[in-house]
Amino acid sequence: MEFGPHLLLASLEGFVTAAILALTAMGLSIVFGVMRVVNVAHGEFYMLGAVIAWWVASLLGGHPAIGFVLALVVAPLVVGALAAVADRLILQRINYDPDRTIVATIGLLYIIQQTTLMTFGPEARPVEAPFNTRLALPWFEFGDKGLTMFWPWGLSTTSYKLFVIGAAVAILLGLWLFMRHSRFGLLMRATQQDRETALAFGIPVDRVYAWVFGLGAGLAAVGAVLVVPIQQAHYLMGQDPLLLSFIVVIIGGLGSLPGTIIAAVLIGMSDGIISVFFTPTLAKIIATLLVAMVLVFRPQGLLGRRAQ
Amino acid sequence: MSDIKSNKPLFTRRATLKGIGSGVGAVAATGVLPGSLGFAQAQSSEPISIGFQVHRTGIGAAYGRWYSRTTEAAVKRINDMGGINGRPVKLVAEDDGTDPKRGAEVVEKFATQYNCDVAFGTLFSHVVIGSAPRAGELKLPYFVVSEGHHVASGRLNRYTLQPGITDVKSQVKAMAPFVAENLGKKVTMIFPDFAFGHDHRDYFSAAIKAQGGEVLETIAVPPTETSFTRYFPKIPRDTEVLYHVMVGPSVLTFVKELGEFFGPSRPEIFGFIDSLEAVDIRSPGLEFLNGTYFWEGNPRHAQADQSPYDKNFRAAVGVDDRGASLSDSKDVSTYSHMFGCWETLNVIKKGMETAGYQGPADRAKLIEAVEAMTDMAHSDDHPQGAKWFDGKTHQVFGHQYISKVEDGNLVVVHTTSIEDGMYDDEVDYTTRPL
Repeated sequence: MEFGPHLLLASLEGFVTAAILALTAMGLSIVFGVMRVVNVAHGEFYMLGAVIAWWVASLLGGHPAIGFVLALVVAPLVVGALAAVADRLILQRINYDPDRTIVATIGLLYIIQQTTLMTFGPEARPVEAPFNTRLALPWFEFGDKGLTMFWPWGLSTTSYKLFVIGAAVAILLGLWLFMRHSRFGLLMRATQQDRETALAFGIPVDRVYAWVFGLGAGLAAVGAVLVVPIQQAHYLMGQDPLLLSFIVVIIGGLGSLPGTIIAAVLIGMSDGIISVFFTPTLAKIIATLLVAMVLVFRPQGLLGRRAQ
Repeated sequence: MSDIKSNKPLFTRRATLKGIGSGVGAVAATGVLPGSLGFAQAQSSEPISIGFQVHRTGIGAAYGRWYSRTTEAAVKRINDMGGINGRPVKLVAEDDGTDPKRGAEVVEKFATQYNCDVAFGTLFSHVVIGSAPRAGELKLPYFVVSEGHHVASGRLNRYTLQPGITDVKSQVKAMAPFVAENLGKKVTMIFPDFAFGHDHRDYFSAAIKAQGGEVLETIAVPPTETSFTRYFPKIPRDTEVLYHVMVGPSVLTFVKELGEFFGPSRPEIFGFIDSLEAVDIRSPGLEFLNGTYFWEGNPRHAQADQSPYDKNFRAAVGVDDRGASLSDSKDVSTYSHMFGCWETLNVIKKGMETAGYQGPADRAKLIEAVEAMTDMAHSDDHPQGAKWFDGKTHQVFGHQYISKVEDGNLVVVHTTSIEDGMYDDEVDYTTRPL
């Protein structure tokens, strides 16, 4: 494949990765920013989202769009509720002690993963995309006859992949508006800035925490529902997103939402482009190296604030 | 433990507790005492116990599910026919997580803890390569159903045998002439990046070269990969035949994205059915496969000239004419591989009968009896087809099937002969000590 079309294809693949990653990492970032909890079970909430999407879609017959739209609503709600319950039952009981929350969420990771294995099984199961047409993409080139347009071999994407990118942008925009302009967003930001003072002003911090933990898990589930028609639901699918989300959150700055988005695009695009031109392993190596560099030279992340 | 009373008439509470403690400790540490005692008491009525190493979880889970069903059906048939040497057969199934390290532990458990007579059933080549050395050390006959060339290459040991399924080297050697003559000579290969995929890369490259063709590009994909479009731009434009083989939980995504990449202008495509094992070929997005070719180890869709043996095999395992479960048409089998479990168990049965197998002391005799086998007739014991076993390399040779996809049906267009897949021996295991 020629260089230009090849790069365009790589960028498109990278944008899809970045879109899903931004949603998933945003969940992790919000939870850390507000609650100071490192949620190791985040990838499993993502996996649960995909599994529930499969379950909803396979229960409903008819056009695949019906199941998909319902899954997009049901899966985040169920996963979010589950996470909120886990917060109440586990994290609150151990007072969000940093060491113990890590151990507790590792435990949660295995409970969710093994329960899924025992019920859903070890198979990968597909969810049909609501629409999926192949879109061949043209390429322009300056030749002897001026600007000419042609259709390079293999240069294409699908309507669904474009939809994933659009949907992720819309959801993140909605999230930003919600954080900025809703009452709950205000409570969240207040809790994030100073837990003690928020408590003194009568903000029910316990309840805010449960909601935030649910919101974080729900965002991971949304990402998974969007990705499941491209990939498939599988009980081990949470591992890669967890690792990448941590990379994104560390690079972007723990708790910084714009930083998370910038880092997600950076990692997603570099993953897409490097793995197309070189190898996917190299992409992972570079991402991990980038984390090391950020930790050494800018420990607070690209847009994070230094701890006081 | 019961000796304590007789040896020490004036036993104290402390001595008794110590004795019980050490006795319990010894049993727990070795784990073999009850089993071996029980076996010695019940010489011939004790069941023959077959340790079944199964990929119940991990990337081989879909294969594991069907290997289980086939194995259970084969054991039921053997027991219905009176067992082996008049003794019933018992399966001891244990999950290896499709993980080589865990695989070696499972083999060890079969030998020392469950005191199994033989170990059996492993598919994924990296698990076989990880487990076989331990089986050799423990002198536990290890019957694999794996397709990898590692058995016949001489890399393993005298206790590891593959009598129920052909290996990749033989398969691709038999296929290459068909590919070169009917599809094209410039081939690009996409394969999973582990031992099994490397067998494909090495032996198909050599085989197509022998036919006057060439491999333009080899594209290795990690078997745990979930997104594949990024690999496809490496396919050279002048590729005449795309050769694909993929395993793992994302095979459906792999084939779908392949179709999306090529759109209307695809080259000829020749795939190993591994890329679609346990996947319905009529799944949405796979329409582009019409007109492409697949290697099949055993035709998934019942053919017009179906043998009575294939019919009986399907009924016993619970598979319909399209290779799906009788109880759930969405549950598609790994039909090109699972027959290997059925056939291997029948080889074990025959080997044990020839050797007059009584117990673990006769394991070496069993190996020699299987090594002495040669022709295996197309029968209910060998429903995939006739085979020839090479005792020196511990590898069986058989027929291969090439199917064309027509309206979502796999139609066999060419069957290779056993000789097409033969190659020179690379090892003589019979010269190694037992």
